[in-house]
Amino acid sequence: MNNYYDSNTELLAIELKLLFEGIYLKYGYDFRNYSKAHVRRRVLNFLGLNSLKTVTDLQNRILREPDFFRELLDELSINVTEMFRDPEFYLSFRENIVPKLKTYTFFKIWHAGCATGEEVYSLAILLQEEGLLDRCQIYATDFNRKVLKIAKEGVYQKSDMQQYENNYLKAGGRKKLDDYYKSMYGSVMFDKMLSNRIVFSDHNLVTDSVFAEVNLILCRNVLIYFEKQLQDKVLNLFHESLTPSGVLCLGTKESLRFTSVEDKFDIIDQRLKIFKKKII
Amino acid sequence: MYRAIVIGTSYGGLEALNMILPELKKDFPVPVVIVLHIGEHSNDIFIRHLNAICELEVKEAEANEPILPGFVYFAPPGYHLQIEDDYSFSLSAEKKLNFSRPSIDILFETAAWAYKNQLIGIVLTGANSDGTNGLKTIKHFGGKTIIQNPCKATSPVMPRFALKAVQPDLKLNLEEIADSLYQLVRTK
Repeated sequence: MNNYYDSNTELLAIELKLLFEGIYLKYGYDFRNYSKAHVRRRVLNFLGLNSLKTVTDLQNRILREPDFFRELLDELSINVTEMFRDPEFYLSFRENIVPKLKTYTFFKIWHAGCATGEEVYSLAILLQEEGLLDRCQIYATDFNRKVLKIAKEGVYQKSDMQQYENNYLKAGGRKKLDDYYKSMYGSVMFDKMLSNRIVFSDHNLVTDSVFAEVNLILCRNVLIYFEKQLQDKVLNLFHESLTPSGVLCLGTKESLRFTSVEDKFDIIDQRLKIFKKKII
Repeated sequence: MYRAIVIGTSYGGLEALNMILPELKKDFPVPVVIVLHIGEHSNDIFIRHLNAICELEVKEAEANEPILPGFVYFAPPGYHLQIEDDYSFSLSAEKKLNFSRPSIDILFETAAWAYKNQLIGIVLTGANSDGTNGLKTIKHFGGKTIIQNPCKATSPVMPRFALKAVQPDLKLNLEEIADSLYQLVRTK
């Protein structure tokens, strides 16, 4: 990938540290406590794409060219997502969370790190089918404004829909996925009835504080990119944001094990990583 | 002294691992980390199977988990497995590399950065080119490289790609690999 640093990994570590310090000072985005293996790989990849030799060369341009920084931001933020990703999670959600939500007259959901929004629309569809959508307010946040714009529009590639339809059925969908969108040329646009209940906002889990008091938080496959201490910090932020007995949903390979909030949550579904805030 | 062994394999991989892993006894001093391409299916069944025939403890690697001797770790399906400089695991759900997630290259490259010349990298039977770039990186850092002899591999594609790019320290048949690993980890 990049052999320049092979014999001098220490130098690379120093230059990366300086780069992230510079980005934080200049742009306010904080990658200083992201998993090192991850950001190192992304930055070296970005060097290659832009024919740059050193991280210092990169830093020079990043500090002077905001548009170039936006490109690096895209490289560093992982926006891989799909509708009804991990269909079993949605099945468990229907079984374990929906009955509780039905006892509320109104509730709030925070989807943190929503990327391009496919999973937010999935949730909205599920809530609609359970007769809950008009009783809730969904906040969907991400720190990358570019993906947030796509999420807001709710326009996706038609070619992905077959796979999403399969996921939807495995997730316990009761109709057909195409009941919820209109096709236009190679794209599909999701029904405004779904997005009417969603507020999309720019929020950075690392640098911003509590977003709102909510009954349910979904944050799936975001914490895996953080170092342990930062995971702890964000999990505490979630704990603070949740109402008593509020529900936290993480990615299927994320866990509260080895974290400081482990004993502040009860387990609802161990395999699909659904937790409930203890009352005290 | 070697601190870790990384293995990458796809088609025919489970049968190959069936031959190698049971030969590593309880006191084998180096952890083994494996990417086996199995699509999006769960690891549970073959991990249970391997645990029944291995002395080492076989498990799926978890985020933040420290990497320790006595264990064989498998990458979770649908995630890339990375090794951090403090010898713990991290995961990534970013897009597939070489049509694969987990990707062998990503495990090998991050392992090479973390363990440098104290690493052994092995490419076994498989039907694509994943692992070749990663093995190259292991070589760059002075780690030991082993490639299964493609003539006897269930699928020779992966070892052949690796052989084209890397002159390995050892080219071995499956039944020779466990013995060689013992020889390597015993040398200081």
